[in-house]
Amino acid sequence: MSAAVRIEPLDTPEALVAIVAARVAEGARLAALFVAGSSRRPMLTAAVAARAELALLTAPLEAAAYPALSPLVPAAAYYERAIHDLHGIAASGVVLNPLILPLPEGAERPRPGSGSSPAPVEPDEHTLPVHVTGEGTFTLPYGPVRSGVFETIEYLVENAGEEILHLWVRPFYKHRGVAKAFEHRTIDDGVLLAERVEGVASVAHAVAYCHAVETAAGIEVPQQGAWLRVLYAELERAANHLDVIVRLCEAAGLAVANARFAWHKERVLRLLAALTGSRFGRATVVPGGVAGAPQLAPSDAARRIGELAAAVSADVIELMRTESFLDRLWGTGVVTPEEARAHGALGPVGRGSAVAEDVRRTRAYGAYAWGAAPEPRLHHDGDAHARLRVRVGELEDALALASQAVDEARAGRGGVRVEVPEGVSGRACGWAEAPHGEVLYFIGLEDGRIHDCYPRSASFHNLPLLPAAFKGDVLTDFAFIEASFGLSPAGVVV
Amino acid sequence: MPWATRGLRVVTTGYPHTPDDYGGSFRAAVSPLPGARWEPDMAQVCPTGAITEHDGVPRLDHGRCIVCGRCVRRFPRAFRSDAAVETAALLRDALVVPPLRETDEALARVRAALARRVRRLRRSVHIRHVDAGSDGTEEWEIAALLNPVYDVHRLGIFFTASPRHADILLVTGAGSAGMLRPLRITVEATAAPFVVVACGTDAISGGLLGRGYATRGGVSEELAVDVWIPGSPPSPFSILHGLLLALGRFPKGGPA
Repeated sequence: MSAAVRIEPLDTPEALVAIVAARVAEGARLAALFVAGSSRRPMLTAAVAARAELALLTAPLEAAAYPALSPLVPAAAYYERAIHDLHGIAASGVVLNPLILPLPEGAERPRPGSGSSPAPVEPDEHTLPVHVTGEGTFTLPYGPVRSGVFETIEYLVENAGEEILHLWVRPFYKHRGVAKAFEHRTIDDGVLLAERVEGVASVAHAVAYCHAVETAAGIEVPQQGAWLRVLYAELERAANHLDVIVRLCEAAGLAVANARFAWHKERVLRLLAALTGSRFGRATVVPGGVAGAPQLAPSDAARRIGELAAAVSADVIELMRTESFLDRLWGTGVVTPEEARAHGALGPVGRGSAVAEDVRRTRAYGAYAWGAAPEPRLHHDGDAHARLRVRVGELEDALALASQAVDEARAGRGGVRVEVPEGVSGRACGWAEAPHGEVLYFIGLEDGRIHDCYPRSASFHNLPLLPAAFKGDVLTDFAFIEASFGLSPAGVVV
Repeated sequence: MPWATRGLRVVTTGYPHTPDDYGGSFRAAVSPLPGARWEPDMAQVCPTGAITEHDGVPRLDHGRCIVCGRCVRRFPRAFRSDAAVETAALLRDALVVPPLRETDEALARVRAALARRVRRLRRSVHIRHVDAGSDGTEEWEIAALLNPVYDVHRLGIFFTASPRHADILLVTGAGSAGMLRPLRITVEATAAPFVVVACGTDAISGGLLGRGYATRGGVSEELAVDVWIPGSPPSPFSILHGLLLALGRFPKGGPA
């Protein structure tokens, strides 16, 4: 384990809940709550982040229930629902509506990490609550098959006239059992699966996974490899931020801007493909470094990044003074700084609400630890406009950092990769700042194979803030609010 | 400079009528080289079991391949990265190289039957995309078809919100259990005749996830698939190739 992670074994879930609640009350943030694997004893595990440290608190679960954490730490609520869906272990004293896998009472649960081989499941949406409200109100189901080319997710939008009263999110449709699918794989195969947890952040997930493996193996990525990871990760960030801008422009019917930013996004994917052979930078980040030297000469890469940055910048300037567009974003979908801080909001959603969390700085990893991480782009309004401003700022930073990474990788020593020793065992945690925010990987290795793996995407952690952001917004704001969150459903329901 | 003056630069590809240089510049597929000999380690290097032995030579199933390129790195004299983007096929068997059996005759039959079915669609075709458990990348590549580079509107291809207006169902994802019912409802709501396209290795075989407690190893057990587009994810060019193949409009006639 790296210096930034502290493991605290506890005797009972009661003690764990009390300590986590006390830490969060003192200003720490709940980063994850899950059940880690062990065939004999499932362990309730909480990750609590406080500045540069990540504490992992574990407690054995002897019974099929544990005291609920969510009444004290509301950010735990979705985690408790997911634990119940996957393991059938209930947080007592709270209502646990199914979230990622609705199964009928008494059904066998997949229990990832337990070493079991669960039978195919039949999700049953009748287990989900149906909400009927008063006179003049109606529910608009939106999804799971949605208009336009979107990932599957269902929103139940409850309205009174135009105004949205409440939003229910049903992401379970594309639960793929990814955590279970990690089990028994080799370390090398695991990274390919990590890339598919949340495909639009393939590089960030691969980096976080590899970071965990490298910690367990006690190896360090050589300079050149570490800088190449930064290059690919920052291009991925640029592509994702451009994607959010495209979707916002589409929602506003701003056709020319939509086309131009879509073209810029395409250019970023093409640059990634020219460097790595894959438009998503896949099969490139591997345990110990990166698979090979870039396929594009550094001078060509630097030139293309420079051209892109200039083209993007010109269009961003125009976009950020197109008032008919910005008017749709001002005051839309507000997450207050208090809500964001209490929830431990991640990524651009957090930074748009004055939460400076960015693991490239707070728990700097790889080449980011050598002073490369940019200052967080903080805004305080918490609306869709603030999140857009965070993203356009980060877009500029990402391309500047990519350019720097090209130079540093060219000068860097030590090659692109070190060998991972055979037969690595142990438990470790890894992380990366994906375009959506902090990604965490908790893995248990046994003799060079994965025993259990729990990936936690920023999309999952930020999900509860989405319904909370509807504060008197109307139906036509929906597309803007959703796009401004930039969640990937694949990453939500791993 | 206002937006009105910004939309003028021409970046649109001429593909498929004229070749596009970008199309050949990244890894679209992996294929065994002619004359390659089988080695026992070949099966182990592939994370999805796409490589098997056949009469002493390696055989590769593009429908299972996630294009990680590991076999190319390990056995550079037996496998190569393939930049040709025309990866789609009208028969599942045709994705296997060298082929499982003679496919020419079956292919001719399938092509003729498909041609009869799509004849009425002519040059205005509407697509309904359904995500049945993808990792999110296929959606990006499909959405890219609408950007000014690929611009499928120039080919009379459009996306529609309702399956009632759809001529093509473009299905992605490993077949997640939760999407089986919505998928069935969508198929029932689609007006005949329509064409089903399995987009991506995940949709064809489940890819790396394969069969799990929550995935059904692709969508082909749920749907009668007409066109198979391998890739993880397939590039926009490959998707375009698959769509034109479905419509019998791919100009070269191409090796399907």
